[in-house]
Amino acid sequence: MNLTLKVWRQKNSSDKGGFVNYNIADISEDMSFLEMLDVLNEELSEKGEDPVHFDHDCREGICGMCSLHINGKPHGPQQTTTCQLHMRSFKDGDTITIEPWRAAAFPVVKDLVVDRGAFDRIIQAGGYVSVNTGGVPDANEIPIPKKIADEAFDAATCIGCGACVAACKNASAMLFTSAKISQLAMLPQGKVERKERAEKMIAQMDEEGFGACTNTGACSIECPKGISLTNIARMNREYFSAIVSSENV
Amino acid sequence: MSWVTKTFSSTLGRKLLMALTGLFLILFLIGHVSGNMLLFKDDGGQAFNEYAKFMTTNPAVKILSYLTYISIIGHVIFAIMLSVRNKKARPVNYAEAKSGTNSSWNSRNMGILGTIVLIFIVVHLQNFWAQMHWGAIPTVTYESGEYKDLYAVVNLAFSNIGLVALYVVAMAFLAFHLNHGFASAFQTLGLNHKKYTPAIQFIGSAFSIIVPAMFASMPIFIYFSSLN
Repeated sequence: MNLTLKVWRQKNSSDKGGFVNYNIADISEDMSFLEMLDVLNEELSEKGEDPVHFDHDCREGICGMCSLHINGKPHGPQQTTTCQLHMRSFKDGDTITIEPWRAAAFPVVKDLVVDRGAFDRIIQAGGYVSVNTGGVPDANEIPIPKKIADEAFDAATCIGCGACVAACKNASAMLFTSAKISQLAMLPQGKVERKERAEKMIAQMDEEGFGACTNTGACSIECPKGISLTNIARMNREYFSAIVSSENV
Repeated sequence: MSWVTKTFSSTLGRKLLMALTGLFLILFLIGHVSGNMLLFKDDGGQAFNEYAKFMTTNPAVKILSYLTYISIIGHVIFAIMLSVRNKKARPVNYAEAKSGTNSSWNSRNMGILGTIVLIFIVVHLQNFWAQMHWGAIPTVTYESGEYKDLYAVVNLAFSNIGLVALYVVAMAFLAFHLNHGFASAFQTLGLNHKKYTPAIQFIGSAFSIIVPAMFASMPIFIYFSSLN
């Protein structure tokens, strides 16, 4: 298939940037979206032009590294990661608009690459369980109901790609933060530090300049892992109970 | 910063206030629409005028009315603060965004809907509330004493088709605002539960249609009555 790509090109974070159109021919519908971009980049390299920079790593839909706002939707028309999006989702002759995630907290590094370090700093603020040295506990020593384990696991499937922020009209990171808070708050090992965690992670989320939630639900619809809005409600409960009961004055 | 100021300068703290003031205003709407149903009573406005006097003189109602003013002002101030923050969070917009495929129009435009509702509230307060408190309005005497004839003021106002149209349109905007706001407030408070959320969403949708429709029916009814 033959396509026109309207790609956002930006030299560096201080460059203004703009769209550049590229025509690309003989694309197989079995190619992944990133493979199609690889073809474009090979052509650009052969011509001695700067290839289009984009993030990618595992290309298996599990690492959360790929991004791209494709034709007005994060990760494109399917509910999956860009690496798992295939060219059969497009038609011959289509014009495809490719933009980076747009958020103040995710500054553009170059072209389609954005710095998602803000997510790392939210995790660093409290998205962990402190483990002191000691023996490994026996597997069944701490009983956890299957339902709770499943729900915690569902929250933990968040790969931190940032599609929620990209989809949200407020560039809010509440779906991400709430998934990370939830996966730990539901399990006995994580419950110990839940109050401090909620307060610190939400403070960091605000510090990074993400917007607030207006419960549009766009984040959950566009999330490649289908993280549920119930996590945001849980985060709110965690936060409100933490602020009234923690000893941080 | 103390923990209190820290909480109310956080996004979640401000959203909590949005939800609480919003829910209080929903309660206010229930009271307001129920009382105003007296306009439909075929008694020349006696029940309505007695009710209007009660609402402006009873001390308990006074406390509730101050809470309502505070809620409206608080809801607006925190909405502005959050909206400014939300705009700043995305300094560069997308060239192409298919927001319609992942969220409802009203959920994305609560600020615009709220602004229109706020303008309506100002007009509405000027039309009746200010008249009742400080306006030179006629009085009427029943067995129980002398009353301000607010019923006559309402009848006169709604014999104007332009004002009737304004009220009906404003109620449509209120409906869209409530249609998202009702259930959204519960979600913000963290009240999301498999058993209750579907009920909350259903009640929210029903409320957002029924209450504004009841309000809108009043000017329409009075306008058509005035034609006779």
